[in-house]
Amino acid sequence: MSISILGARLLDPANDLDRVDDVHLDQGRIVGIGTAPVGFEALRQIAGEGLVMTPGLVDLSVSLREPGQTRKGSIASETQAAAAGGVTSLCCPPNTRPVLDTTAVAELILDRATVAGHAKVFPIGALTRDLQGEQLAELVALRDAGCVAFGNGIGGLHNSRTLRRALEYAATFDLTIIFQPQDHDLAEGGLAHEGPTASFLGLPGIPESAETVALARDLLLVEQSGVRAHFSQLSSARAVEMLATAQARGLPVTADVALYQLILTDEALADFSSLYHVQPPLRSRRDRDALREAVRSGVIGAIASHHQPHEDDAKQAPFGATEPGISSVELLLPLSLTLVEDGLLELPELIRRLSSGPATALRLPSAGIQLGAPADLLIFDPAGQTLAGEQWLSKGRNCPFLGHCLPGRVRYTICDGRLSYTT
Amino acid sequence: MTAAKPPLQLNDQGQLRHFLSLDGLSRDLLNEILDTADSFLEVGARAVKKVPLLRGKTVCNVFFENSTRTRTTFELAAKRLSADVITLNVSTSSTSKGETLTDTLRNLEAMAADMFVVRHGDSGAAHFIAEHVCPGVAIINGGDGRHAHPTQGMLDMLTIRRHKGDFDKLSVAIVGDILHSRVARSNMLALKTLGCPDIRVIGPRTLLPVGLEQYGVQVFTDMDQGLAGVDVVIMLRLQRERMQGGLLPSEGEFFRLYGLTPQRLALAHPEAIVMHPGPINRGVEIDSAVADGSQSVILNQVTYGIAIRMAVLSMAMSGQTAQRQTNSESEEQA
Repeated sequence: MSISILGARLLDPANDLDRVDDVHLDQGRIVGIGTAPVGFEALRQIAGEGLVMTPGLVDLSVSLREPGQTRKGSIASETQAAAAGGVTSLCCPPNTRPVLDTTAVAELILDRATVAGHAKVFPIGALTRDLQGEQLAELVALRDAGCVAFGNGIGGLHNSRTLRRALEYAATFDLTIIFQPQDHDLAEGGLAHEGPTASFLGLPGIPESAETVALARDLLLVEQSGVRAHFSQLSSARAVEMLATAQARGLPVTADVALYQLILTDEALADFSSLYHVQPPLRSRRDRDALREAVRSGVIGAIASHHQPHEDDAKQAPFGATEPGISSVELLLPLSLTLVEDGLLELPELIRRLSSGPATALRLPSAGIQLGAPADLLIFDPAGQTLAGEQWLSKGRNCPFLGHCLPGRVRYTICDGRLSYTT
Repeated sequence: MTAAKPPLQLNDQGQLRHFLSLDGLSRDLLNEILDTADSFLEVGARAVKKVPLLRGKTVCNVFFENSTRTRTTFELAAKRLSADVITLNVSTSSTSKGETLTDTLRNLEAMAADMFVVRHGDSGAAHFIAEHVCPGVAIINGGDGRHAHPTQGMLDMLTIRRHKGDFDKLSVAIVGDILHSRVARSNMLALKTLGCPDIRVIGPRTLLPVGLEQYGVQVFTDMDQGLAGVDVVIMLRLQRERMQGGLLPSEGEFFRLYGLTPQRLALAHPEAIVMHPGPINRGVEIDSAVADGSQSVILNQVTYGIAIRMAVLSMAMSGQTAQRQTNSESEEQA
């Protein structure tokens, strides 16, 4: 379908673009910025006055729950929720059932995502079979089947020797490894950040050192192996400091943070609400402030939703018996606009952290607003508002922000030139 | 960003409707519990030990963890209030068949129970039940994980008040495994609320949780220093499994450093009392000569426990009933 978007503010910091202009789309691509090509006729015109057009958002971690956990979510429901959050490209973690450790599972996910058509899906493969940390998955076959990176979930590999070999093997083929550093032994049994709140509530703590000890090991082995590495869901100030030091030494490592970690702290656990049960845990105010600063400075180049939808039962138990995770991809844009509203980030920086930043980290295609580029675009109303939960497309209602009035409103999400979401 | 919620365990008039933790309860309310318990102590001394306050009500003791003392004293307390009492050891029944906590309690609720006394291994379990499972049933926390054991906290306060008088001049030491202890947490909160000016906790760093300063306590790792001049010594039970995983080398070394012996007790005030929530480990945290000695009030605690539980059961039942009336009236108006 050919579409013209007239008079929107085009904002694409990666392409140094910030001006009001018209954009013309045809056959899935951007065919004109400013003037339309000769003979172009728009089947649909969108009045863009007062709206902002940016590259479609890129989310590095959206659990789709399919195959295997369709009570929690499906590829169709969760990619649709992602489109509502302004996302056009997303990565899904390998913790499906069966685990994404064979090409068959990768193909199944990609096929169903194509049929659903709400967003481009880039699977993250399991580094080891069944995520058991012992035998490597067929990484190259998985790459050829479409996996853009490989990870082993929170905690990664327990055995440092196996990890070292896995990294060397991955480096041989220039594969990207995703780390979610957490030392198994230090975190074992923990439910919340080790601090005054957890102590008061009697919840077993996960110390900061669970993250930093693992991160130290991971960084050293990354340096030794020369593998491309991305650190995901960092949660502590000290970890950010270590990452910044590594980057300053020239190690080409990237990182992302869960959006909710930039907003919430462990104080939210005060009445045992299982909605705030996440892994790695919400940490202290000081940690949150350091994460915000790292996003501002670029040490953390990507903000991801780390969307984890659950069925209601998974959260209906005493805190320690509930499953961790927040369903949040649907609010990715409006929730992250609170960071701009609170003066923590300028809008162009935010857009960078939500589009070109994550795309660069995992080498995903994201050309932004450029002539000839695929039309993956987000158009939002910066003056509008989103009442979280007014509509809800994700199967998981486990979101502590439901009922909140958030700034900005996604008006159109365009994926490959098609409207994947409109309000 | 979240709106302040009304306190879960209080009704609209500020009376108890559940008893989940001592957090957020006022000094007046704690004193009311102690005063009510004092009056019930007299009932326990009579030939006929029953009062009709809970006649026609059904109290379910639901214990997901083993207990003898707490379960029995709750049972006795409910019986002395003339309630019908059922006790379930769920650890050995439904959950082993895969039934969830929610389903177990909803089934009991369907049997028209008016009150649940719940003990559970997960911190926050009682809050969860009161908030999400059975909001119309009064929930009494009989101990949840490491979080709270509020009736033990209050019976300890009753013990201190009856033996030592007002809290505002007292020095109280809590000794041992603070990290894993719901009793210690409830005691620290109660002592702080009741105005105790000198609360000390004593233990090795492996058994002290981070953030103890929020309770307004002084932390000691040296037992002799910590005990100097105190009026009350509360010893905590040390679980055998603490010897694993590097928390402590051995029971022997623990006793050597933190065991309460007559020599150590001599460092406290000459009229200091010795308390312990039980069951005691003789020769691990406490010497038999101290446990059975003249300064020990450990068995008095058990007696007071019944009175405290009677107080809490009767107060929560009346607060819950009042709230139900308010709710049904406002529904009628709507």
